[in-house]
Amino acid sequence: MIPLTEEQQMLQAMVRRMAREKLKPRAAEIDNTGEFPWDIVELFRENGLFGIHFPEEYGGSGGGVVDLCLAVEEVAQGCSDAAVILAGQALGSKLILLSGSEEQKRKYLPRIASGEFIPAFALTEPGAGSDNVSMQSRAVRDGDYYVINGRKIFITHADVADIFTLFAKTDPEKKARGISAFIINKGTPGLGIGKIEKKMAHKGNHACEVILEDVRVPRENLVGAEGEGFMEAMKILTTSRPVTAARAVGLAQVALDEAVAYAKTRVQFGQPIAKFQGIQFMLADMAIKVEAARQLVYNAAFLADRDYKSKEAQRASSMAKCFATDTAMQVTCDAVQVFGGYGYMREYPVERLMREAKVTQIVEGTNQVQRVVIARALLED
Amino acid sequence: MQIAVCLKQTFDTEAKIKLTGDGQIDSAGVNLIINPYDEFAVEEALRLKEKLGGEVVVVSVGPAQVQESVRQALAMGADRAVLVSDPAVAPSDHSQVAAVLAKVLQSEPFDLILSGWVAIDDNAAQVPARLAEKLNLPQVNMAVKIEIGGGKATVTREAEGATEIVEVPLPAIITAQKGLNEPRYPSLKGIMQAKKKELKLLTAADLGAELGASQVKILQYSLPPARQAGKKIEGEPVDSARELARLLREEAKVI
Repeated sequence: MIPLTEEQQMLQAMVRRMAREKLKPRAAEIDNTGEFPWDIVELFRENGLFGIHFPEEYGGSGGGVVDLCLAVEEVAQGCSDAAVILAGQALGSKLILLSGSEEQKRKYLPRIASGEFIPAFALTEPGAGSDNVSMQSRAVRDGDYYVINGRKIFITHADVADIFTLFAKTDPEKKARGISAFIINKGTPGLGIGKIEKKMAHKGNHACEVILEDVRVPRENLVGAEGEGFMEAMKILTTSRPVTAARAVGLAQVALDEAVAYAKTRVQFGQPIAKFQGIQFMLADMAIKVEAARQLVYNAAFLADRDYKSKEAQRASSMAKCFATDTAMQVTCDAVQVFGGYGYMREYPVERLMREAKVTQIVEGTNQVQRVVIARALLED
Repeated sequence: MQIAVCLKQTFDTEAKIKLTGDGQIDSAGVNLIINPYDEFAVEEALRLKEKLGGEVVVVSVGPAQVQESVRQALAMGADRAVLVSDPAVAPSDHSQVAAVLAKVLQSEPFDLILSGWVAIDDNAAQVPARLAEKLNLPQVNMAVKIEIGGGKATVTREAEGATEIVEVPLPAIITAQKGLNEPRYPSLKGIMQAKKKELKLLTAADLGAELGASQVKILQYSLPPARQAGKKIEGEPVDSARELARLLREEAKVI
């Protein structure tokens, strides 16, 4: 593990305790009701967690990707829905932080760092998932405005968001270099929130359709130069993939802990099932994977903090995301197996963990896309 | 208002305590925390400071690792800290601990001294009372509500099966009971600032505290006996009810 500063250790200890006391007791309830947990937003606001990765001049506490990963991993051990809120705050604001104008940063970042504003990241479209570049949303210049039309789907937090970082084509001919990023405020005429999807898990964080009909956005809300938004966003994913990976490590760790505790108490054939080597080997394999994933994640976070545009950081972030999220899927699945029939029941937490793990293999670039990125780097001359 | 909070570092409430072969506590790998009752005291001090102004000073006695807990109190919002770290002070000797704390608390004026009423590790509840005696201050134990005004503290305290409201002139020592408040987490900003705050490390000699030889020696600890399995009464309801009543009367002696 990379060495942690005293502050990072305190942050980790604080969030670990918060997760145990406040988040874990809410996890199953949020999964059942599907209501957005405003109480958790308030808890994060009070304790300054939304500001972890922002510089102090924008109201943050000056941490980096490592700090955010530490917090997200611990939060995920308590409640993955809560981890989505924390990670979403980062994803929805990263482009402004790394590519925005000074004016945009001053206007939005302090309010995002304090948690007053919830941002949403609007990239995916019905026909453009992994293949983002085939997006149909269109932004056309009209004097000092852009007029945007299109449709986005699966946009997390769209129903509660105050601002959107949204992508649309300004020059369709140029493909990836013809996509720009915009900040759109809630309530802008023509911006509509469509249906809320029914999901497998993370039901407290709603994934929504976003409909844009002649939405007029002032030019000053263009993030970065025209046509560069998408290319910038792809680079920024190097800083956000480790965060998703950290959430996966948290999920895997809690699944392992649950499996170990259960194996020690569940008696079959006259002894705790932990006495059987078949179970022991499963637990050992789970532990090996979790630890390996954790090392990859913090290495990737460390490299992203050092220089997120470096090839080394990009490669590490893809590897960490791919391995940690595959690990989360395997380990949560094995935890259900250790629990046997009880694991399949909603009375126990492991089936929820398994449902929650699945999406981490899909978001922020499917793990197939990560492998493509890794292989491309290996094979390039 | 100058408030001092006496704080002890203890094992995590979630920790599973193991003993070494010679009956001592095996502290390897055990997470350490602020004694939860002392944490209520820290929280109360911060709330009083937020209302009335002044300063919160954390005072502790113990090995160097106690700095972690003291820093946590600073991250919660305390202004500065004094830690007496001296192998000559035996943590199990409450007389010595109180003598050292008294020296620190005499070195500057305080309007109020707060602490937990008991530490969850040795359950002794000795130090605050000894401290009050040494400092010749009034003491109120097990506070669940504290109001300050006109040079007095009005304290609601837990008494057996009832609550009692008492009034004491300040300065005074008040100890915290569960229910006094819900302690805040150290905020991220607090964590970033904690390192910049003053943490004074002293020895007993620095304070001129005369300790003498420790009067208390821990001979050995032992774990409580494992819980016996419950008794299952089988048979027809009429018979099993009769048997249950008999056992409750003759064995458990509760009816």
